Formats: sequence, C-alpha cells, structure tokens
Amino acid sequence: MTRYTYYPGCTLKTTAKNFEDSTLASSEVLGIDLVEPERWNCCGTVHALATDDVMHHLAPIRNMIRVEELKADDKVDNKKMVTLCAMCYNTLKRANNVFNSDSDKKKKIHDIMYREELKYSGRVEITHFLEILREEGWDKVKAAVKKPLKGLKIAPYYGCLLLRPRGIGIDDTDNPRILEDLIEALGGEVVDFSHKQKCCGSYHTVQMKEAVADLSHDILKQAENAGANILVTACPLCEYNLGPRQSQIQKQYPSFESIPVVYFTQLMALAFGLGEEATAFEANKPDPMPLLTEVGLMEK
Amino acid sequence: MSSFGSKQILRFKPGENDFKERVNELSGENVDLCFQCGACSSGCPMTQEMDYLPSKIIRMVQLGMEEALESKTIWTCMTCFNCEVRCPRGIDIANVMEALRQLVLRKKHNEVSLDDLSPEELRELPQIAIISNQRKLTA
Repeated sequence: MTRYTYYPGCTLKTTAKNFEDSTLASSEVLGIDLVEPERWNCCGTVHALATDDVMHHLAPIRNMIRVEELKADDKVDNKKMVTLCAMCYNTLKRANNVFNSDSDKKKKIHDIMYREELKYSGRVEITHFLEILREEGWDKVKAAVKKPLKGLKIAPYYGCLLLRPRGIGIDDTDNPRILEDLIEALGGEVVDFSHKQKCCGSYHTVQMKEAVADLSHDILKQAENAGANILVTACPLCEYNLGPRQSQIQKQYPSFESIPVVYFTQLMALAFGLGEEATAFEANKPDPMPLLTEVGLMEK
Repeated sequence: MSSFGSKQILRFKPGENDFKERVNELSGENVDLCFQCGACSSGCPMTQEMDYLPSKIIRMVQLGMEEALESKTIWTCMTCFNCEVRCPRGIDIANVMEALRQLVLRKKHNEVSLDDLSPEELRELPQIAIISNQRKLTA
C-alpha cells in the first residue's frame, strides 16, 4: 500500500460523489491508499492569469500545507497530492508553479499566511489520479480486471484542463494516450474521435446554456459518428455539460437521442467487479444501465 | 456586432500606446509578437458567440484600441487554452483576454449575476461551474 494525500475538491462531495466513490473503491483494489486531509479548502477552480494577482494563489497553496502536514505526521508516504477533478488539478498545479518560479510572489504568500504553523516549502507534487495509475503500471490495472469491458465502445473525452496548457497537462497536448491506455487495460474498445480535446463550454453552462449545448452536442455527435456507445471523462464539469445537459441538447436538436457519459473510475470499478456502491451509476444522467445490461456487464 | 461597427478611427501615435502597455503588463504577454495568422481564431470553439475573433482583439490591442474592452469576445472566452497551444508566436492569448476582463472588472463591473438563476438551477449546477463563472465574470 502506498499512501497518498487525496484532495477531493468541492464538487466530488456533491454532484460528483459517484466520481469519488468509484475512485476510492477501485484504488483500494490496486493498493493505492488515498488519505484525505482533515481539513482542506476550495482551490478556486480557475487559475488566476493576471500577473499582479497574488490573492487567488493563496487558496491552492494553503492546501499544499495540508500535504506537508500529513507527511510530517507520517500519515502519507510522499509529498504527492492526488486530484480527480481536472479543474482542481490544473489550478493547484499552476499555482504551485507560480509559487516556485516567482520569488516575489512566494514571499508575499508566506507573509500573508504567517499564521500557518508550517511554512510551505514548494515541494508538493500535484498529480492526477490517472498519472498515479500510469506510474503503477497498466499491467497492474489489467491484472485486477475481473470483468473486461467487452461490448463497450468507449470515446475518451479529455476536455481542456487535463491537457492544456503545454507543460501542465498530464499527457501530450496534441496526442494524448493516457485514457486510451486505461480503456485498453480494462478490456474496452477505444473509439478515437476528433473532438476529444475540444472544450465543452465550461462555466458558461451557468449563463449561456444554449451555447454550451451547441458545443456539447458537437462533441457527443462526433463520438457517436465515430462509433462510440459511451463517453468517458475525468472532469465533473465536462460530465455535467455532456451528461445532464443532454436534456437541453434534446430541446435544441430534436433528432439527438442520448449517449451515456461516465467517469473513468466508474469503468474501473465495473471492470474490477465491484458492487453497485462502488460503480455508483445511479447518479449518472443519462442512465448508463440500459447499455451496460445490453452488453451483459450488469444484471437487471 | 456592437455599435461601433466597422467605421473606426485609429488615434494611435507611436510611443503613446498606454492601453497596449497596460494589457502587456497585466497579461505578461507581448501582443506585438502577433502577426495575424489567425490560428487562435480558427481553433477557438466559441467564435460563433463572439463579435470579434480572438486574433482581431489582439490586433485591436496592438493598435491601442480601447474598444476591445467593450467587445463581447472577452466575456465569451472561457480560457480553454486551445489558442494558447496553437499560437506559433507563443502568445498566451487567454492571458490577454484575462487582462482585458480584469481592466473592466476592476472598475466594479459585474458581467453576470447569480440572481438571474432559479433556486433549482443553483442546486443542480456543480459548484465548480458556479465558482469559476463568478471568478471570471464578476468583480
């Protein structure tokens, strides 16, 4: 068992609870122990891009102190911080880079956080759970599979923040492999499609849901045309825009039916033969169960 | 199209381009590197919602046209960084868009309000959607 600090972020505790439940259950199978700090705070969800903005880097950096505290108490084995949400991953990683590359901002951040007992060293490594899986090795994932995902034609959807900007992303920006490798290890069929790196509309879903539905429809349609019967994602906002927002898409595009969208960890839990609490498909919209029963991966 | 339309008068004099300097400083970018190839605009997923293409906004900043601050484009950009990985001149266009937004937001401007949403919508939306929306579009 390797023990890592696990940073859930806000949405993993609410609308993306199925993402968290499936991750914790399937990581246990692989001997990955995800330790959640007793307290953590919102990362801010987006990286502050203005050069003079220091304030918005405080929230992400404060979470890194929690990692160093856990390490000091010997509750984790390294200074890696494992994230699931693509927005958290991106924001935390970029804030950490700012902290380590800008000595002026570093000093300001230290000064403002003078009441923290531990002074952040800058040495926490922000990782995504997919990167941990790649490090552990796809063979190890493959060895844990009890129910290969036969019959699922899976379109890997990356979105923006797992891959961009260059140097921040978890894989090659233009030609990523990491979700494909996972799908293959789980015994599923990878369906390559043109829109896997295209933005789903992100936070415009709040005030511009029609425009977001246009983008999401494009993505889903491309995946379908390429032969997919399910999409897999690693971001709770992508999942929302591509999944629950399909009711909005159907209003704008009456000929569009539906296609299930699930988190990659839900497919892991399914392939590892874990129970319904671990796969947690009941929270997904549209319901993936008709497809999963049709291909014989779930019983009615 | 916004009201200032196609008839525009440039009042740009060399050495007096304060607006460009402010944008460069706040974004950490040098917009003069842009040679208008349009790669950013061709890859942008939101152009159908914009009044000016991203490459045009960059051109406007180069020419010191503060009208860029009145464009719909700067609020439509959702910082997906597609332009940034495509730009052959290494300009982080999303940073420029953020600088333009900030120049407006810092005058206590709110582009959106959560009051427009119903309680059901607020309950249903993931927090990350609401927080990022407010972070990018409100003062």
